[in-house]
Amino acid sequence: MENAIAVKDLTKHFEDVTAVDHVSFKVKRGEIFGFLGPNGAGKTTTIRILTGLLRPDEGEAFVAGFDVLKNPVEAKQRIGVVPEVSNAYVDLSAWDNLVLIGRLYGVPTQRLRENATRLLKEFGLYEVRDKLVRAFSKGMKQRLLLCMALVNDPEVLFLDEPTSGLDVESARLLREKINEYNRDGKTVFLSTHNMDEANQLCHRIAIINHGRIAAIDTPENLRAESMELQYIEVAFSKPVNQQGLLENPNITRAVTAGNKMRIYTAQPSEVIEFLVEFAKRKHLKILSLNTMMPSLEDVFLKLIKGKEAAKQ
Amino acid sequence: MSRLTEQFKRSFVIAEKNIKIYYSKGPVLIFGLVFPLFLALAYIIGRNIPLREVLPGLIGMTTFFTATSVGPSIVPWETRSKTLERLLCCPVALWTIIVGDMLSSFLFGLIISIIPLALTLVLAIEPLNFVVLLFGLIVANLCFAALSVLLSAYPPTDIPATSMMLSSLVKFPLVFISGVFIPVDQLPPWGTIIASISPLTYFTDMVRQLFLGRGFYPLALDFMAVIAFAVAFAFAAIKLHEETLAKRLS
Repeated sequence: MENAIAVKDLTKHFEDVTAVDHVSFKVKRGEIFGFLGPNGAGKTTTIRILTGLLRPDEGEAFVAGFDVLKNPVEAKQRIGVVPEVSNAYVDLSAWDNLVLIGRLYGVPTQRLRENATRLLKEFGLYEVRDKLVRAFSKGMKQRLLLCMALVNDPEVLFLDEPTSGLDVESARLLREKINEYNRDGKTVFLSTHNMDEANQLCHRIAIINHGRIAAIDTPENLRAESMELQYIEVAFSKPVNQQGLLENPNITRAVTAGNKMRIYTAQPSEVIEFLVEFAKRKHLKILSLNTMMPSLEDVFLKLIKGKEAAKQ
Repeated sequence: MSRLTEQFKRSFVIAEKNIKIYYSKGPVLIFGLVFPLFLALAYIIGRNIPLREVLPGLIGMTTFFTATSVGPSIVPWETRSKTLERLLCCPVALWTIIVGDMLSSFLFGLIISIIPLALTLVLAIEPLNFVVLLFGLIVANLCFAALSVLLSAYPPTDIPATSMMLSSLVKFPLVFISGVFIPVDQLPPWGTIIASISPLTYFTDMVRQLFLGRGFYPLALDFMAVIAFAVAFAFAAIKLHEETLAKRLS
């Protein structure tokens, strides 16, 4: 089984709204696959279908080799889920939550105790294992949710906005653990709208908007496809009139950003030569000069806006 | 078959979780303990009737109220706290969860309804057949537990108080039409017809036969009716929860 997840023409309507519109993609085994999109793009609906919570109106979905629609229990037996909203039992202790989930997965008692102990220690919750989850901070609850998702040692881990609203320390710990888990050969399906997170963690990213996939590729390739978004950041010794720069046909846009200028171009080497000449001509000194690749955020915005413009 | 057994095992895990969380919730204690206790006291005190005569109605009423006190609140509570979603992400079918909820409701009812039964032994008011009565108590608790989970299915609310209130709207009229206060044989003909649609009628009649040796229906019919109601309620609860699940999760 090469693919951990295979989705074809997945569609889900909620009354008049099409939340997911003929979405198709494959996630390879051992891959961290990012699912990136603005709020309401269809990320959570897709995860809910893949984790057996919702039935699609059309299409098919296979997780860990099992048809989610025909064999939901078999598919769910092989996954772990960290949902968008914290949903551990607040009236139970951290330990009881882990044991409950482990038993619902049919994990043998001894292995369950070992897994629960190991996970609680790894995530810094062992000392508070007997405390009710009601007393936990958001970061602690989120760490517990990840423990609960891992207690059955799943083949595929679904994470829906796992670091949303977390403090820096908890978010970093969670990212480290996701990476560690992936290094053991496990597959991660990560829904997020945090570009940095997607860039740091994911092998491939799908960008979804209005329920449709706008692009699927590696973060590097997505950026490379948007080379017109790369820019040169230059600081001159004196303020410069933008018009003078825009005379060069290779410069598509020039924007002032503090004491620097961002000069957008698809030909950075030619533009650098021009800038040096320009500085000589105008008796300016170049204080700093950097070539910047487009960020994932630039690519994301370009794709989202591009689709919206096409729609209009 | 092993898959089915595994799902039933997981129903017991869910029931155990419910016992830990919901038995001590305020509304459960009020509707399952305080309320039947005061209703029982109001039923007994000041009535110049031998205790043996009072017992069938008393056992019927307490069993009915206790066994239906946990079920209506679990699913709305779990919907609100999103823990229903947590359970459904696990490898369990919806029916597994519903059966787990029924089991926890059943056990609560069974434990509490043992109290009036124990009282009969303490007061040396022995039933004609203790084992049959115990069996009757078990099937009645199963039936009422299934009814209580059915009552939580519609409307698909996430407010436990709403579900509790709506279930009370069904439970109270049932108590009054089920021969608890007036035996079925003393009801007018239209009253007996109405009473026949209530599962509590058959259980009260069953207990009356086992304590007083007389009833309106044959004992076997009482048992069959309670079992039939239990199966129908359980089936309807699973189907209705399946129907309303998408709305609940939206």
